[in-house]
Parts: sequence; structure tokens; C-alpha cells
Amino acid sequence: MAEIVLDNLTKRFPDGALAVDRISMDIADGEFVILVGPSGCGKSTTLNMIAGLEDITEGELRIGGQVVNQKAPKDRDIAMVFQSYALYPHMTVRENMGFALKLAKTPQNVIDEKVNEAARVLDLTQHLDRKPANLSGGQRQRVAMGRAIVRDPSAFLMDEPLSNLDAKLRVQMRTEVSRIQRRLGTTMVYVTHDQVEALTLGDRIAVMRTGRLQQVGSPKELYERPSNLFVAGFIGSPAMNFLPATLEEGKLRTPLGDLPVSDQLRRALEGEHAGRTVIVGVRPENFEDAALVSADARPNGITFRASIDVLESLGSDVFVYFTKDIEQGVNAAELEELARDSGRADTGGSGDTVVARLDAATGVREGQDAELWVDARSIHVFDPASGRNISLAADGDGRASTATAGGTGMAGGTASGTDLSGGAETGRAAGAAGDTPVT
Amino acid sequence: MATTTARQKVGWGTANTIVVVLTLIPVLWIVSLSFKDPASITDPTFFPVKWTWANYSGILTTSSFIRPLINSIGIGLIATLIAVVLASMAAYAVARLAFPGKQVLIGMSLLIAMFPAVALATPMFNIERILGLFNTWPGLIIPYVATGLPLGIYTLSAFFREIPWELEKAAKIDGATPFQAFTRVIAPLAAPGMVTTAILVFLFCWNEFLLAITLTSTTAARTAPAAIGFFSGSSQFAVPTGSISAAAVVITIPIIVFVLFFQRRIVAGLTSGAVKG
Repeated sequence: MAEIVLDNLTKRFPDGALAVDRISMDIADGEFVILVGPSGCGKSTTLNMIAGLEDITEGELRIGGQVVNQKAPKDRDIAMVFQSYALYPHMTVRENMGFALKLAKTPQNVIDEKVNEAARVLDLTQHLDRKPANLSGGQRQRVAMGRAIVRDPSAFLMDEPLSNLDAKLRVQMRTEVSRIQRRLGTTMVYVTHDQVEALTLGDRIAVMRTGRLQQVGSPKELYERPSNLFVAGFIGSPAMNFLPATLEEGKLRTPLGDLPVSDQLRRALEGEHAGRTVIVGVRPENFEDAALVSADARPNGITFRASIDVLESLGSDVFVYFTKDIEQGVNAAELEELARDSGRADTGGSGDTVVARLDAATGVREGQDAELWVDARSIHVFDPASGRNISLAADGDGRASTATAGGTGMAGGTASGTDLSGGAETGRAAGAAGDTPVT
Repeated sequence: MATTTARQKVGWGTANTIVVVLTLIPVLWIVSLSFKDPASITDPTFFPVKWTWANYSGILTTSSFIRPLINSIGIGLIATLIAVVLASMAAYAVARLAFPGKQVLIGMSLLIAMFPAVALATPMFNIERILGLFNTWPGLIIPYVATGLPLGIYTLSAFFREIPWELEKAAKIDGATPFQAFTRVIAPLAAPGMVTTAILVFLFCWNEFLLAITLTSTTAARTAPAAIGFFSGSSQFAVPTGSISAAAVVITIPIIVFVLFFQRRIVAGLTSGAVKG
């Protein structure tokens, strides 16, 4: 049991590439923290640095209060589950699971006891004497977990442990991981690129992009109060819709219509962004079929008409896709990158398609015009240059960025030192934004 | 295409048969010669007219062959062992680590492999005489290890490269020192590679003739191939064809057994089940 403190952790590879840039984070004892981000964001490198498999270029790493920068992996008392499982092919399941204990010169009867116990928990008892080659993917995954569990380490590190499983097994094992972590109460750092996995598993999520920490917070916090455009777009499925908007006559003029804004937000926008394009983010569930919105809720938003291109019914909900005439307004650098990273750019779901989640009771039909309602209270407004969430800042009293507000409170996690709008990048993005026509 | 046509089958069959016959005829000829008695050894028949064990009993009772045979086995095994252990460590470094002078090391080992042995024989003869290694086991083991290393490094580094990097990371996390990770995880997985390398190095030592005849003077260290060259007939004018043939057969048998025994191991799967896929 131990807390892990990342203090301005930086990794620069010999070729000069900066993989991880000044990451600071406190991971409390017993906490389940997820590192999430698109591929190449530095999350695995960060995990490898915690494990001791990668040297730390700058910064300090403390496990249980001790600086471990120079310690070998074996002296850090951590267990790790690899994406490829990395089971020893020449050993049986029993030997695989007991290997670490054997190296630690644990008496054989203790090893047997622990291995049997772990095998029982993971339902591997009947496979103990088989070799990894003869196991299914799910069984191998459990052996990899078992190898970590038997050691009773002070922290578990998991590097995309479920990404090699098929969809159904993945969901099953996700629950399993969660159950095991709760049962053992051991600190766990879990890396994934799958935001659904992140949202469902973690106490706290750290979103990373290009080596930088974007935001740290509880799943709910990240979802409801994303500190920037990247987090907003990355967290949530289907992703948040982004629309260009300008502040005119005290309202946000968007392709959907003129959205009313709160006084604070208006003041914030008038101050810095008067007459400039901003980006409005709307979650799919903030739309509704206008016919299903009660009369008292209606004034909280606006209604608009849209031609429904595609309708997907999931039984409990209905997703509708429609196009709003958006003149290349939303091409903030971050957004483009996000689209590329998530593969959205390839699927043709470019910026101008809006997705809305409606109640299953809706009478909206594919190919027809429909009247939809959007909740103006739950919109987010982003600065297209820096990607910063302006609506959070306008929300008042310094609780603006969750990155400095201290996560769930459970750990008092801070992400200080994460410069969300790094110099050169901002310059480039601002240049691009300057070119965008004001709609 | 999954199925081969009849014509292809016939074509390949013929080609294979020709190759096998061409390779086997000299071997069978030697075997046949070894069973002929001295009187009929020049007979133009493929099979012996009169079968005899005399050639075998002749060479197996004289110390001029038994002693070299022991030398061959001893020198071969020791040289192989040293070469494989050193080569596996060097190959591991070549495959896994980035260290200054890596390219130089690879280049040097290639250089050793390509240097003509004939050019080295005379200098080595002088060096070994000065060092007192001439006509001793170490006198042959050292050059054999040196020539076996490049071969071993090349074969083994290819094997090590095949082993997933993550296995070693897992071992490190499990608390293994780099040496333990090598001996407990990597080396067992590279065992087929080591066996293959060992066979190749042993074959080289077993068959080596030039250095064996240059660096030895008596049966104290002379290996079997060199000893065969010193066989003499019953008289000054008789050619010891029968004895040479019998000795050739005797030194061929261990190799055949060796290869047949390890064949399965050589082709066995390397890392099945280590990682997914």
C-alpha cells in the first residue's frame, strides 16, 4: 500500500522527442487512477517511468514517500500487467504466477498457498498446470492478473490490459478488474486509450495529450466540467458536438439559433472575445425532441428545425444525426487533432454533422424535418485559440479549472504545472483561428 | 494456390531425388569401401564382394585412432560449450542493448568469420609454440572458440530478436536482476537457438582439419580428421584406403545421431503462447 507522487515528471528520448512533459499528480493510497489519451500521448511512457522500465529525464517520482527515480523495478514493489500479457511461455500457469515470489526466495509452501488463492479468485484453478500456449485469450489475461496479485504489491500498474480481448470479454473483465481492485484496496494506475473504460473504472481520470496532462478529475467532473476543448471532445460517446458561435446582442449566435447565455458568461465573453468566433460544445443528450419537452423546461433552451439524415435506435435511446450548415468555423487546432486521433476524421463524421440523443418516445423519422430543442444551460463555450473552457471560468470563484481544484477530494490530486495553453501551440492555433470567417 | 499440380509434384520429386542421390552416393561408397578387404579394395564393384570387419577392428584397436577420437570429442565439446555461452551473452547484448562500439563488434566478428584460415595457420603455429600451447587441447580449443563465436553470435542474435521484449520487462518487474532475467526467462526461450548454434559449432570443430594438423604434432592433441591423414598402410607402399574409409564412417556416425536427435528441438516453436497472436 502506498501513494505515488509524480512531481514534474519529464521524459525526453535520446533523439530529442519529448514524450512526457512535466506531469504532476498525487495518487492516493488505494486509489484507482486511469491515464487516458489518444495513442502517442505519453501515457504508457508515464506508466513505464512509474514502473522503472524507462528512465526519468527530469522530475521526481515518489512511491510511499520515497524517491525511487534511481531504483530498479524490482526494488519498487510494484506489479504490472502488460498489454500483450508477457507470460513466460516455458512455464506453467502455476510457475508463471509464482515466479516473482520464487525470485524473492519465498518458502515454497507460502508460494503454493498464494498461487492457489489467486487462482481461486480468478477461476484458474483447473488450468494451473497448463502452459500459456494452451490457454484462451481471456485465460491468459487472467493469468497476467494473477501474476500481479500473488505478489501483494504496493501498487498495480496496468498497461491497456484489456485491449487484446474481444468486446464481450472486455466488458466482463472490466468488471473483474474493478472488483479485484476494490477487494484488495491496492493503489492502481491503469492506462487505456478507451474513454469508456476510463469512465467506468476509475476513481479519478487523468487525460493526457501530446505528453501533457490536460485535466485530472473524477469521471463525472471530466464529463460535466471539461477544462478544455480536447477533454470535452475526448470524453463522452458519442462525442460532444462543436459549433462555431459569436456573441451578438447578448446571445450566442450558432448555426442552431441564438442561444441565451448567463450574465457571467456574457461578461466573460464580452471582455475577451467580443466579436470573435468561439466554439460552443453541446453534448448529444442536451438535445431533445421539442415535442417531448415540458412547457416549463422549454424556456431554458431554444428550439430549431433540422433535417434528420440518420436515425439509430438503441431501444432505450434514439440517436439522430443531422447536418447544420457550418462554414468551416470549428477547426481549432485541437479539434482537428482530436478528430484525427479518434479516427473520426476518417469515418466521414466531420465537424458539420451533429448528433443528438433523444428519448425513445420520439416521433422523429429518418429523412424528415424535425423540431428539436437544445438545453442552453448545459452548453460549454471554448476559446478556439487556446481551447480553454470559457464557460467554466465564467462559472465563478476560482473553481474554474478542475486541474487545480483537486480532483475528487479523495486524494487532493493536483495537476499544477500543466500548462494547458502552451506558448508556441497557442500562437499557431490563434493564427489559424484568426483566419476563420466570423459567421 | 493451395494445391500443386501433378507436373509440379513430378518436377520437385525428380529434383529432390537427384540431390539426395548425389549427396548419398559418396557416403555409401565410403561405407562400402570400409567393408571391403584389402585384397579386393580396388575391385570395380560398388558393393563389397567379400564383407569384412577387419578395417574397423584395425582402427579401433590402435591408439593412433582411439586417442584422436577422444581428443576430437573432448576438444569439440569444450569449445562448443565455451563458444555457445560466450556467444549467447554477446548475441543478447547485440540484440537488446545499445552500447558504444556495437557496430564495431559486429564488424569484427564478421571479419573473423571471413578471414582465410590458411593465412592464420602459420602465425598461430608460431604463437602457440612460444606460449607453450602447441600440441595441447587448449591450443585447439582457443582458435575453435574464436572461429565459432561469429557464427554463434549471428545465429543467436537472430533468435534473441524474436523473443518479445515485454517478457524481459515482466521479469524485471517480477523482481529479477538482469542476469536472472537472462538465465531464467530469455535463455530457456532461446534454447532451440542455442542447440542449433551448438550443433553448428560442434560440426565445425569436429570437421576442422587445417588447424588440427598444423597445431598438433602427436596424438596428445591431434583430432580424428588429422589423425586419419597420418594413417599408414601395412607396408610403406600400401595405401590404407580401408582404414581411412572405416575411420571416416566412424566419425560420421556421431554427427548423424546428433542431428537426428536434436532435429525436433531445432524446429520446435520458439515462443508460442508468450503473447497474444
